[in-house]
Amino acid sequence: MENLIEIKDVSKSYRRDSIEVPVLNNIDLDVPDGEFLALMGPSGSGKTTLLNLIAGIDKPSSGNITIHGTDISKLSESALAKWRSSNIGFIFQFYNLIPVLTAYENVELPLLLTNLSRAERKQHVESALGIVGLADRMDFYPKQLSGGQEQRVAIARAIVTDPVLLIADEPTGDLDKNSAEEVMTLMQRLNSEFKKTIVMVTHDPHTAGRAKSLRHLEKGDLVKE
Amino acid sequence: MKVLKLIIKNIFRHKLRTTLTIIGLAVAVTAFGLIQTAVSSWNSGVEASQVDRLVTRDAVTIINPLPYSYLEKIKQVPGVEEVTYMNWFGGTYIDQSHFFARMAVDPTTVFDVYPEYLISKKELDDFQQEGDACVVGSALAKQYNFKLGDIITLNGDIYPGRWEFIVRGIYTPKFKSTDATQFFFQWNYLNEKVKQDFPTRGDQVGWLIERIDKRADPGIVSKSIDALFANSPAETKTETERAFQQSFVSSSSAIINGMQYMSFIIVGIIMLVLGNTMIMSARERTREYAVLKALGFSAKHLIGLILGESLIISAIGGGLGIFLTFGAVNGMGDSIPRSFFPVFEVEPKNLILAVIAVLVVGIAAAVFPIRRALTTRIADGLRFVG
Repeated sequence: MENLIEIKDVSKSYRRDSIEVPVLNNIDLDVPDGEFLALMGPSGSGKTTLLNLIAGIDKPSSGNITIHGTDISKLSESALAKWRSSNIGFIFQFYNLIPVLTAYENVELPLLLTNLSRAERKQHVESALGIVGLADRMDFYPKQLSGGQEQRVAIARAIVTDPVLLIADEPTGDLDKNSAEEVMTLMQRLNSEFKKTIVMVTHDPHTAGRAKSLRHLEKGDLVKE
Repeated sequence: MKVLKLIIKNIFRHKLRTTLTIIGLAVAVTAFGLIQTAVSSWNSGVEASQVDRLVTRDAVTIINPLPYSYLEKIKQVPGVEEVTYMNWFGGTYIDQSHFFARMAVDPTTVFDVYPEYLISKKELDDFQQEGDACVVGSALAKQYNFKLGDIITLNGDIYPGRWEFIVRGIYTPKFKSTDATQFFFQWNYLNEKVKQDFPTRGDQVGWLIERIDKRADPGIVSKSIDALFANSPAETKTETERAFQQSFVSSSSAIINGMQYMSFIIVGIIMLVLGNTMIMSARERTREYAVLKALGFSAKHLIGLILGESLIISAIGGGLGIFLTFGAVNGMGDSIPRSFFPVFEVEPKNLILAVIAVLVVGIAAAVFPIRRALTTRIADGLRFVG
């Protein structure tokens, strides 16, 4: 299967005061299209940093990251923003819904960056909320929803633009067991039924076990399989 | 426009805070409008002055009178079309708090030289024929309910005694900026009494006013007039009416400048009030901005969101303030004697100033929040706990 993600010799370091702190060291990783990859590792291992690099919200200090044929490490900030809007769907640990917007309006947000008409946006939003099973909650505000429902709205927001890649950072980290199960079932469905490639960071082995493949990071290095 | 809904929803996220900010803005803009109106009113005499009028006064000080005999000499100066004169009477009406300008004038020429004071022919004839007649401005008549035939009694101070005048005319202003609060009576009436009681003070006028040919050079005419009286016991200083008015206003320039500074300090305070609100809002939304950036919202979108919110709040507060300014100016105009501020109303230029101030405040208050939203890395923003 063709690789959707190709990471070549990527390193990332941060400067704290005058000290250069390495976070990722010469990472090589290929993720095939349609994969559901879980990244695990202890705190500070660099898994979220790697996820951010793949998602194009951070840039590598060296090396190349090619997603769906585009070397995103060479894109400008504005080009990267545009690229993210059409290629990446984000699922965060704390859902990160806008509290003053309804579920419908939150899901509609990424579509505001497209040229879709209002009617077309409505169709997409209703479809996404239908997939996550919240078509009947579209007029609810985040505070009127449970944690699991909020995360499902966030997943609807992530898939509404039909991105090639879903990025999930601890998607069950703030959920109870039942809600976490529901969310993981949904993500598995997105991968198997809707053929979405998913890269997920988690520290929970049970959650990681729902993915198709698993890679570990230790002190900025990808552990050999 | 697609994010307008989000802007509106953000504005009313903290209803109390936004309401208080809007009220603060409205109060500040009202204060700004009031001060600017007062400053404009102070300068209204200068604004109302005509380019074809010159004023001749004693070269040393306007307190010193000029001989009446100067009138005929000045009439002969090339470029001078008409000459009239005035004399400050002073005195009190009821008590010191009822102040308005009381002038002894030449009834035959004053309305020729001041065509912006509109009076009917009959009233002018009555004024010219009766020695103790007076003419009052329409604003003054309204303030004291003066009507034709009423007797107005003044207690003299510069010219001691009890002076009674009969209202024979009420002039109306031709322009909005024309002073309609003056009280005119015949100089002859004053002069006759002065000559009886104080013979040495007779045949003197306060200052003379020349209406000149519009094609004449005011500088040359002024020099010609002053040259007539050079080296005389009462040398003159002739200047344009604007310069003459300006000399009065400039004596109060420190107060006016102080008021101007105060009005701009108020703009600064508004900026801080709104800036504080916007900074708090932007700080609370650090993570949301990071999410929006992650979703692909560009710098342009974030600037639109923050600037839009700031401008809408400042527009609501500013609009309310401008609306209140009209009420406050009307209320203040009614409560202060018209003679202090003959023209006390909101001028278009002050409205424009207020709108500019509101715009500047809206933009300036958004600068720091925008900078913060744009410079915070997405990864850092997502980790932010407010």
